[in-house]
Amino acid sequence: MANPRLWGLKKSPWVFHVAAASCNNCDIEILDLLTPRWDIERFGIVLVGSPRHADALLVTGVLNRKNLPRVLRVYEQTPKPCLVIGIGTCTCHTHMFESSYNVVGPYDKYLPIDVYIPGCPPKPESMIMGVVKALKRL
Amino acid sequence: MKRIVPIGPYHPLQEEPEFFKLIVEGEKVVDLEINIGYNHRGHEFISQTLTWDQVPFLVERICGICSDSHPYAYVLAVEDIAHITAPPRAQYIRTIIGELERIHSHYLWLGLAGHFIGYNTVWMWVWRYREPLLDLFELIMGNRNHYAINKIGGARRDILPEDYPKIREYLDLLEKKNAMFTNAILDDPVIRGRLENVGVLTKEDAIAYAVTGPTARGSGYACDVRKDDPYDAYDKVDWDEIVFEEGDVLAKAKVRLIECNESIKIVRQCLKNMPEGPIETRVDEIPSGEGIGRHEAPRGEVFHYVRSDGSNMPVRHKVRAPSYMNIASNVIAVKGYSIADAALVLAAVDPCYCCTDRTFVYENGKKKYSGQDLLKLSWEKTEKIKRRYKK
Repeated sequence: MANPRLWGLKKSPWVFHVAAASCNNCDIEILDLLTPRWDIERFGIVLVGSPRHADALLVTGVLNRKNLPRVLRVYEQTPKPCLVIGIGTCTCHTHMFESSYNVVGPYDKYLPIDVYIPGCPPKPESMIMGVVKALKRL
Repeated sequence: MKRIVPIGPYHPLQEEPEFFKLIVEGEKVVDLEINIGYNHRGHEFISQTLTWDQVPFLVERICGICSDSHPYAYVLAVEDIAHITAPPRAQYIRTIIGELERIHSHYLWLGLAGHFIGYNTVWMWVWRYREPLLDLFELIMGNRNHYAINKIGGARRDILPEDYPKIREYLDLLEKKNAMFTNAILDDPVIRGRLENVGVLTKEDAIAYAVTGPTARGSGYACDVRKDDPYDAYDKVDWDEIVFEEGDVLAKAKVRLIECNESIKIVRQCLKNMPEGPIETRVDEIPSGEGIGRHEAPRGEVFHYVRSDGSNMPVRHKVRAPSYMNIASNVIAVKGYSIADAALVLAAVDPCYCCTDRTFVYENGKKKYSGQDLLKLSWEKTEKIKRRYKK
């Protein structure tokens, strides 16, 4: 066992949900994953209340001037190694908010994102698949 | 001694980033400061750089939960400028989608409220029966959320006659389950103990703070755009406005639950009386002028103002979302209750910061309790009441 933390991460990733300026849809679909039809807790994926307990961050929405420092702080608080999973088209680039004065630009300028899951919002199936792909890469 | 309990901006209680500063004396909340603006994306500005037909896709993404309401109000505003009315079939289609969205949004709130008081059973059950509705949306419009049904001068997609039985089948299921939830919530002494006489907003305060939607109707103030200023098919169907006088969280929950029944009624009548014909009128150009559109979203009245100079894009587009007024009423509703109730009271107006965050900037505060502690406090209170009833 080379890296015990990495081993723990692969077994049951605990995720923290960071909503930057999102439209709420990806966030609701993330919560949907916990409810009976999808029920990802049976795979050991748990939504936790603090970034300090998390193995992976689920980021949604675009970054703007006000929440950029806070999102970075949440990332700094997360113990490393951690996965950053971008959910929704907003995290892939800036979606339709590119011309806005308050949006600071795409995520990869500020955060190392491991997996992008496109879709507006992505379907729960594709979110599960994205997490699985991210874990396989480790 | 006064202490500050911060909630947010990133907090397990909230889906969205927002910041509440609870000022407490012991267990009692004496004041509340609200700080929003973490979600500001500049919709009104971007809207002025897009063409008329592109804007519905943008305003749809103001909020994912009321993603039918904003394009609906925008489309009504532009139709007001151009003096056109949608063909009858399109009007019925829009009304059906608007009402189905109300059911999905109210169920979402009910589930989250159950989660906040530590009743995850309520959350799981309610969201389980919300899931077939999302399938229905996917069937009709091709996406679980962000439906893109509204178009200037009509509807973008038709509801096919072979889909009617599927919609009716879901409504039958929902009617049964809604009765079950209503009984379960009203009969459970613990849920009553948590919701009754908590976060009371009186009728005077409701009017003074100009709250709208279920928040106002739970406080005995009847205001519903669908009744007051009917549009599309709302004056062609028979339904009741639900008003409760108490103003507490239980009244708001009752309004939402019973409104789901009314929505079922409306959709059934629309399906029955659905006229044949085209689903859109041809719109060649939008003349110069200004127009307003109002739609009763699940949270209250959505208001859009659009001004045109005769070109292919709006010169001014103003959006007012219902949560904007409803959140401000929290300052009154939360005062004098314990910290354990605060989480529930703040959630009782079904706040939607995506809709609201378009103008504000403030300073951040310091951390005392972590968010998880606050949720735990709320859950402990439920446990306490549970123990009391067991004795």
